[in-house]
Amino acid sequence: MTSLTLIGAALRRRKTRTFLTFSSVVFAFLLFGLLSMIQSAFSMGVEIANEDRLVVRHRVSLFQMLPQSYEADMERVPGVVDAVHMTWFGGVYQDPANFFMQSPVEPAEFLDMYPEFQLSDEAKERWISTRDGAIVGRATAERFGWEVGDRIPIQPTIWTLAGRPETDAWEFEIVGIYSVSVEGGDETQMLFRYDYFDEARSFGRGQVGWFAVRVADPEQAAAVAAAIDETFRNSAAETKSEPEGAFAAGFANQVGNIGLIVTGILGAVFFTILLVAGNTMAQSVRERVGEIGLMKAIGFTGARVQRLILLESVTLVTTAGFLGMLLAVVAGRGMSAALSAYLPGLALRPEDMLLGLGLAVLTGLVVGIFPARRAMRLRTAFALRRL
Amino acid sequence: MSETDSAGNGPMVEARGVVRTFRRGRTAVPVLRGLDLRIADGEFLSLMGPSGSGKSTLLNLVAGLDRPNEGEVVVGGAPIHRLSERRLAAWRARNIGFVFQFSNLLAGLTAEKNVALPLLLTSFSGAERKRRVAIALEIVGLSDRARHRPRELSGGEQQRVGIARALVNDPALLVCDEPTGDLDRKTSGEILDLLAALNREQGKTILMVTHDPEAAARGSRTLHMLDGQLSATAEAEAVVA
Repeated sequence: MTSLTLIGAALRRRKTRTFLTFSSVVFAFLLFGLLSMIQSAFSMGVEIANEDRLVVRHRVSLFQMLPQSYEADMERVPGVVDAVHMTWFGGVYQDPANFFMQSPVEPAEFLDMYPEFQLSDEAKERWISTRDGAIVGRATAERFGWEVGDRIPIQPTIWTLAGRPETDAWEFEIVGIYSVSVEGGDETQMLFRYDYFDEARSFGRGQVGWFAVRVADPEQAAAVAAAIDETFRNSAAETKSEPEGAFAAGFANQVGNIGLIVTGILGAVFFTILLVAGNTMAQSVRERVGEIGLMKAIGFTGARVQRLILLESVTLVTTAGFLGMLLAVVAGRGMSAALSAYLPGLALRPEDMLLGLGLAVLTGLVVGIFPARRAMRLRTAFALRRL
Repeated sequence: MSETDSAGNGPMVEARGVVRTFRRGRTAVPVLRGLDLRIADGEFLSLMGPSGSGKSTLLNLVAGLDRPNEGEVVVGGAPIHRLSERRLAAWRARNIGFVFQFSNLLAGLTAEKNVALPLLLTSFSGAERKRRVAIALEIVGLSDRARHRPRELSGGEQQRVGIARALVNDPALLVCDEPTGDLDRKTSGEILDLLAALNREQGKTILMVTHDPEAAARGSRTLHMLDGQLSATAEAEAVVA
């Protein structure tokens, strides 16, 4: 017989009420887990962003194009080591639902700029020597069952083929499957050769979407970004340069302020939980005034009774919270498989799990503190009259 | 008014000049007005009186559940009116066994766990706790009902479990507030037999508040309370009876 036995008995006292409160807390933390996963998936690009890389885009918006010739101009800006360009292709495979990012790049330069993209030497050579060769991330290859050597038709939504009907698909040969060495890295992209793309597209030749620029000294990144923008000031296509992390955050914010949305939803959920669980604990203590009086009569101090009530509250909320987070992990695995094309890196991070457990303990304390203080202050002789 | 013991032993309880006044809004309601009481070690004292006469207030003071506004309460040599809340709680855990009108067992715990409740406040080993619980249940004749929950026990059995819980720390003083008030006559008789046996065979000092003259008669002495005073006339009548 320990204090935990007493807590178990108290929680079993009104089984239906405890079950309903427990369930509401489980669902609240399930929601917390799922929303945390979505938030972290959106911010993944920010977290894995490289400090020595800038992204340069059109000053007006990401959807305005820039001349490919800017690449050479940028490489002449002091502090710039290298620059590569990318372009949003926006094609689909067989069905509009089969969406994933594709971009034309210059293979060797791209792989130098992004060393976290892991590709075998053999695949690199094939990519450089195959005009319509493409590499795809492991997640996308697994999703569609693609293997090296397969020829893949990609239906354009923007970049139609020159001299061909708009409905004609681009064809690529899979020459390699890449993985990303950074945890949470995007393994859903398809990358193909820019020269093939530029020659075959029906419009916009010589135009690219954005540039990635490596700077010599990350400490000087802001100054280099300003210098790049200064270089193209008053030109037909002015630029906006920013650190890769800020670019990724801005990209995510085009969907909306994910952090604010998630915080708002969770705030409402946890406020409701405070009311639900708080009401349960308050009712429970009110019903047990006689029992609490008995415990104090036989020698339990007010402080000890307060600790027991608090422990009861924390046990209820933390156990339910932990279960909710476990369910979120399980549900997250299913969601991750279904949404890998749209939200790569969807998983509950250990730090979010710890945050959730901390939140559960805190909620338990907040919910229990007022009934516990009431129980502590209860006059024993008065309470015994309620027996 | 001073009381002398009938058993000729030293005092277990000694209350001197006890005043207890409660406040209802702005009105002071005096309940005990300079009361003196002496209960000898090993005595079985019955306390009778009409509702509102101050019986429960006196019982609370003797048991260390309340403190007097004036006067002294010394129990087993300890001046409990001077103890802090924390020390008083620890003192109650060691020295007082409570038996109430309703057994007020915790519904979610078995009989043996209800009996073990006061032992949570001790440093006894697990084995010692088990031993004490077994002895307490043996004394009240419920060894075979140890694993039953309160709802599986009769009213009399529940009250016996309550008595076992009061005994498990081996207190010198048992404070009983209407212990048979919720029981039928036959079961009441069994509970009173048990209390009398604890007094007689184990030397427990018992202070029992009751409305029932037959129950009171099982004690070695009966006192009557009226308007916050122990009534000598009533006491004498009770003794003669």
